[in-house]
Amino acid sequence: MAIVYIPPLMRDLTGGRDKVSVPGNTVAQVIQALDTAYPGVKARVADGDHLAPGVAVSVDGVIARLGPRAPVKAGSVLRFLPVIEGG
Amino acid sequence: MNAQEQKPFAVVGERLPRYDGADKVTGKAIFGPDVALPGMCYGFILRSPHAHARILSSDTSRAEALPGVYAVVTAADLPPAESADHRYARDNTFASDKVLYVGHAVAAVAARTPAIAEQAARLIAVEYDVLPAVTDVLAAMRDDAPILHDDMRTHSLAGHGDKPSNVASHFQHLKGDPARGFAEADVIVEREFHTATVHQGYIESHATVATWSDDGAPSNGALTIYTTTQGSFSVRDHVVWLLDLPMSNVRVVPTEVGGAFGGKNTSYLDVPAALLARKARRPVKITMPRPDVFLATGPSSGAVFRVKMGATRDGRITAAQAELYYAAGAYPGSPVGSGANVMFGPYVIPNGQIDGYDVVTNGPRVSSYRAPGGTPANFAAETLIDELAEKLGLDPLEFRLRNHAREGDERLDGGTHGHIGGIEVLQAAQTCAHYTAPLTGPNRGRGVAHTAWGNWGGRSSCALNVNGDGTVNLVTSSVDLSGTRTTIAMQAAEALQLPPERIKPSVGDTDNTGYADVSAGSRTTYATGIAAIQAAEDVIAQMRARAAALWDVPVESVAYARGVFASGADLRFTFAELAEQVTGSGGSVGSIANVDVAEWGAGFSTHIADVEVDPETGKVTLLRYTVVQDVGQAVNPAMVEGQMQGGATQGIGWALYEGYAYNEKGQMLNANFLDYKIPTALDVPLIETVIVEVPYPQHPYGVRGVGEPPIVPPPGAIANAIYRAAGIRPDHLPMTPAHLLEKLGVIES
Repeated sequence: MAIVYIPPLMRDLTGGRDKVSVPGNTVAQVIQALDTAYPGVKARVADGDHLAPGVAVSVDGVIARLGPRAPVKAGSVLRFLPVIEGG
Repeated sequence: MNAQEQKPFAVVGERLPRYDGADKVTGKAIFGPDVALPGMCYGFILRSPHAHARILSSDTSRAEALPGVYAVVTAADLPPAESADHRYARDNTFASDKVLYVGHAVAAVAARTPAIAEQAARLIAVEYDVLPAVTDVLAAMRDDAPILHDDMRTHSLAGHGDKPSNVASHFQHLKGDPARGFAEADVIVEREFHTATVHQGYIESHATVATWSDDGAPSNGALTIYTTTQGSFSVRDHVVWLLDLPMSNVRVVPTEVGGAFGGKNTSYLDVPAALLARKARRPVKITMPRPDVFLATGPSSGAVFRVKMGATRDGRITAAQAELYYAAGAYPGSPVGSGANVMFGPYVIPNGQIDGYDVVTNGPRVSSYRAPGGTPANFAAETLIDELAEKLGLDPLEFRLRNHAREGDERLDGGTHGHIGGIEVLQAAQTCAHYTAPLTGPNRGRGVAHTAWGNWGGRSSCALNVNGDGTVNLVTSSVDLSGTRTTIAMQAAEALQLPPERIKPSVGDTDNTGYADVSAGSRTTYATGIAAIQAAEDVIAQMRARAAALWDVPVESVAYARGVFASGADLRFTFAELAEQVTGSGGSVGSIANVDVAEWGAGFSTHIADVEVDPETGKVTLLRYTVVQDVGQAVNPAMVEGQMQGGATQGIGWALYEGYAYNEKGQMLNANFLDYKIPTALDVPLIETVIVEVPYPQHPYGVRGVGEPPIVPPPGAIANAIYRAAGIRPDHLPMTPAHLLEKLGVIES
């Protein structure tokens, strides 16, 4: 199971829970599992097969460059974050 | 041990001259505008005079008929868009149905001379239906604001908006209970800040030459682009994306770069030049005039901040809250996310909330600018930090120290701080010559500001090839903006245990090097340095194996130290001797390392400013300025100091001078370096530097990124110095004399 921290703006979908555990071997599978448990999650974080514009996901503290295709291990910690860039 | 034996590195840490220095100061270096090819013609881009208008019709026939004109292209020459991001990039190349800012490209012409190209472009008849424009971020959020994109709905993790809006996105960070935190506070401060759009101000303009292979089928041929950019591969990817070409058919050759600072992360001229060159059947060069650089390339966001902080009498922050509104320009993508990270970045905030808004406005789509989004956010937060310290009767550095984060502390975005050196930076600032020196005289004051900046790792590549004389060619795909080929070569020399003069570094192109992300995010010396070290270690491993084969001994018995391979007491090769042997038999030795560095060390910087404020004119004179910064390990201290001084100078410009001025029609009034003032040597004192070295453990030599942190604190430090000098707290950037005189009550708003 992966541990997903739920952003404050999405906690209306999780009954106020700020951290949930769901299965999945990739970010996409975790998002799908979240959407099954808490309908509506996928529409907010994803745009088709991609992450929604401006949304990034970190797995174990590292921004997942592969986005939905990034691998997830048992016990991995996922967070949804705004996209950051450097100059 | 003596001091020499204690020195951990042989090359790293030395003040070596830049490999590219002589060519650059003697004019031999080839920059973007210097490139010329046989048979080349010249491109010119026609741009919108309106900030917001619908394109009703466009007639290029008169331009095409002008003698000397080879090609005219518009949005109709681009493949159709396949997604919203694709459409934004396509429309920012050539407007299709609407223009969204003054300077928005609508067509381009290639002709025998630059003058003919410009003359022909002026013959293109574009009929516009002019619409109301909005350049102010808060005005753009109002219900009655002109809407830039009819199909844009606010995206947020709370859901999508249900009506057209200029607010592209909204995010929120939340930790603890801010209301409870403010209830626990003994002192609460709250202010609103407005900061202007500023430009990176690179001296070299944008310039591109595009040419197609002439194989009789140019539409299927190979495209080569010579361009001034921060990332050859990012240009290739952009061109491939917009022109639907195979990656292998596009070669991008980066030139030397005369300043970029994030502004050359984005491609502006490459696609128009490629389209023109394909149609004209000859190479096309486009050089961007300076006004177009201001009007049509990406500056940083203008922004508004509403910030509130609370602390207890013993100097502990209990709560912090901020709203950040960033203007993105014509298309979404402002740096509001990184602005939020900078906002309270260095401190432990037990209860905090940050809301960030990315808002489209009728200006050029913003681009990165050195620590994107960080400088104005830090100005707002560090002003309140200073105000809290003053109200609590605490030294401003001591107040920051009491609240500073340590490794493992949770950030407001939910992540945790890694191995950071922020406390060491503040302590070094407390004891430095500047902070301990008295400041006397009327109308004078001293201010400080402190920042955290995340830095970056990313993808890099480095190749090493050993020559028969023991010299080594190093080729990296990371464009050199600031001397990075020197700092990368120094790390390779350190790992190879060779003198740095034996390494000859160069920057390759997309056909002959591995992939690299843009040279941005303070990542190049750090991440490409790791690639260089890995390639060097592989070279040594190969050389040991070759020596073992030559000597017929087990490879485990071959040791390498200080440029000498040895096995037992009798077998010995210098690096050069073995290089000659292996090149002469069995083939030369070389290695390429491709890395994707997922972890990196944050940078921290404290700035100290002494100012004098003329109460009659509002003029601010910088008397003394010091930058204190944790750099992990300074690979080349002279170049590190240059980064600290250069970043601070740009931040000083942001603080006191720079800002886009618009009229009510959304037209920029100061699109030139006479009216848009950047600091010169006459405006800035010699900036003192204090290098702090808290090694970052994930880099073999402890290196951290350096380039971005020093641009962040200047406005905060100068604003706090102005308060000490004149008793007023500026809340606008730039802090012009007019703004200060308003605050002083000398003039009315």
